[in-house]
Amino acid sequence: MQIQPAMPRSWRPETKPHKFCPGCGHGIVLKALGEAIDELEIQDRVVFGCDIGCSLLSWDFFNVDTVQTHHGRTTPVMVGMKRANPELIVVAYMGDGGGYAIGTQHLVNAATRNDRITVILVNNTQYGMTGGQMAPTTLPGQKTETTPFGRDPELTGYPIQGPEMVASITRDGAYVARGTVARPRQLKEFIKRALQNQMAGRGFSFVEALSTCPTNWRTNAEDTWKFIEKEMTRYFKVGEVKVPPELARGKGEREDG
Amino acid sequence: MPTKPKPVEGEKKVFMTGNEVVAWAAAAAGAECMYGYPITPQNEIMHYWTRLAPKFGLIFLQTEDELSAGFTMLGGVLAGRKSFTATAGPGNTLMQEPLSMAEMMRLPAVVVIQQRGGPSTGQVVYSQQEVTLTSLGGNGEGLRVVYSTSSHQDLYDYTIKAFNTAWRYRFPTFLLGDGYQGKMREPVVMYDPEVRGVELVPAEPYVGRPGTPGVDRPPAHLRNAYSIEEELYEAVMELVREYEKVAPEIVEHEAFGVDGARVVAVAHGVVFRAVKGVVRELRQQGVPVGYFRPITLRPFPADALRRVAATGVRLLVVESAYGQLARLVKEALSGLPAEVHGLYKPGVLVGQGEIATRIKTLVQGG
Repeated sequence: MQIQPAMPRSWRPETKPHKFCPGCGHGIVLKALGEAIDELEIQDRVVFGCDIGCSLLSWDFFNVDTVQTHHGRTTPVMVGMKRANPELIVVAYMGDGGGYAIGTQHLVNAATRNDRITVILVNNTQYGMTGGQMAPTTLPGQKTETTPFGRDPELTGYPIQGPEMVASITRDGAYVARGTVARPRQLKEFIKRALQNQMAGRGFSFVEALSTCPTNWRTNAEDTWKFIEKEMTRYFKVGEVKVPPELARGKGEREDG
Repeated sequence: MPTKPKPVEGEKKVFMTGNEVVAWAAAAAGAECMYGYPITPQNEIMHYWTRLAPKFGLIFLQTEDELSAGFTMLGGVLAGRKSFTATAGPGNTLMQEPLSMAEMMRLPAVVVIQQRGGPSTGQVVYSQQEVTLTSLGGNGEGLRVVYSTSSHQDLYDYTIKAFNTAWRYRFPTFLLGDGYQGKMREPVVMYDPEVRGVELVPAEPYVGRPGTPGVDRPPAHLRNAYSIEEELYEAVMELVREYEKVAPEIVEHEAFGVDGARVVAVAHGVVFRAVKGVVRELRQQGVPVGYFRPITLRPFPADALRRVAATGVRLLVVESAYGQLARLVKEALSGLPAEVHGLYKPGVLVGQGEIATRIKTLVQGG
C-alpha cells in the first residue's frame, strides 16, 4: 500500500513530487499558499502568476489557472488582469531578484497605486536558478558567485528591506508581512490574510517569505536551518509590518526572530 | 442589463487627428482596456481614450513604463478583454519584451506604433525607422502581424482590423503609423463596424473560465519557458507552421501600373502617399512607372512582389529610413535578378520632386 503525504486540495497531484531542489523552501511556501486557498475555498477564482527564476518551476504546481511570465514582470501581468476582471483573486509569485531588482519599478508602483493584488516574494538571499549570484537581499559578508569574497556593503550596499519599503509607500488598506518557511503555520496565516485583504478589496497585499537554498548556500541541513533562523533574521525581522485596522489582529502578531 | 452605448453609431464624416481616430476606432472595435505610458508622438491616443472611458465603460491605466504597459495589456488579454497599448521609438524597444511573450503564448495583443526618429531618443516627430524593430523585434522569429497605414481612413479601418486579426489568429498585431499620421488632421469616415458588415471577433478569457480547475475542467497552465532544446524547438515549429498557414489570409498589398512598367516604386506608410501622387502623374504623362505598396509588412506580400519583379522592372524603394523596407524587399526577391534601388531619407519625409527625378532617371536607364 502506498500512502501519499497530505497535500492541499488545490495542489495538482500529477505534478508531484515537485521540481525544486532537495531542501528548497519553495515547496513550503507553496504548501502554505495551497492551504490558504483551500481554507478560503477560492480555488475556482484564483489566478496564480509566476516569475522567472526558480519560481517559474511552479507553473504547473496547482490545480489553479496559472500564467508563467517574464523575469520581474509578473506584477504588471497580474495588475492588468485584476483591473480587467476584478472578480479574479490574483497572486503574483516571484523571487527576490524578480521583485527587488529587475521588477522593482513594478512592485513600487503597484504598491503606490494600491493595486488589489497579492504579491508573494520568496527571499533566499541570492539568485538560485542562475547559479547563486548576489541579490539585493544578500547578507553582508555572504559569499555568492558574484561576491566570491563575501558581499561588501561599502561596494554593494546592505540587504533591501522589502516589506518595510512596501509598508512605507502604501496607504491604509495595504497588508504587509514577512514570514519564514521556518514557521510554516505563521506563514500560512500571513498568506491567508494577504488573500483576504485582496478579497475585501482593501488594497495591495504583500508577503515576503524567508526561504532556504542549500544548493547555492552550500549548506547541510543543520547549517541551512541555522542560516535562515539565525543569520537571515538579523537583517529581516519576521512578523506583520502593516495590517489594515479591519483585519483583526490574531495569530500574526509581529514576533521578532 | 442595459446594453452599453456604442462609441460610434451608424456612419459619420469627421475631421480629426490620427491619434484621435485610433482611440475612436479601438473603442468601435470593442476594445475595453488600454494600458499606456506617455511618449511622443502617440500621447493623444491615451488622451482621447481617457475621455471616452467613462462614457463607454472603458478601462485605462497609466503605467510606470512601457514594459508595464505591455505586460498589463497581456494581463487584460488573459482575462479575456480586448486590450491594447500605444508607443513609439524607445518605448517600442521596451515593448518588444512583452510582445515576445505574446508571440510565444499566442496572446492577441494589439499595439499601435507612431514612429518617431531614431536611433536612441532621436526626434519626437516622424520617421519610418521602426520597420525592422516592429516587424522582427524580440528574441524570436517575428511571428506577428504588422499593418502599415498611410491615411486616417487606414488608421480607422486597420485599427478595427487589427483587433479582429489578433483575436482570430492569436498572433500579436501591430498598427504601424508615424508621428505625421498621429498629429495631422484629415477627413475620415467613422462607422459602426456592424453597419459595414464587419463582424467583430469576440474575445475569450484564457484564465478564470467557469468551474474549479482540476475538478470541473483542466487548469489553464500557460507558460513560455521550456526545459530542453527539443521541447522548445517543437513549440516554435508549431508556431511557425500555424503562422505560415494563416499568412496568406492576412497578407495585403496594393499595386498600380505595374504591367508594362519599366520602374516600380515601392513604399509604405505616409511616404506611399507621395509615391502614389508622383506615379499617377508620371503615368498620365506616359512614363512607364507603377507602384507597389505592402500594407502588411509582416507577413510581407512576397509572392505578389516577386510577380512584379519577375517582369524585369527596376524597383525603387522610397522610405524615411536607411533601407529598412528595402531589406524586406530584397529578402522577398531573393534569387530573382531584380535591380533594387533606394531613395532613403531617415527621419524626414521624401518630397515628390526628388521621387519624380529618381524615377525619370531610372526609366531612362540611369
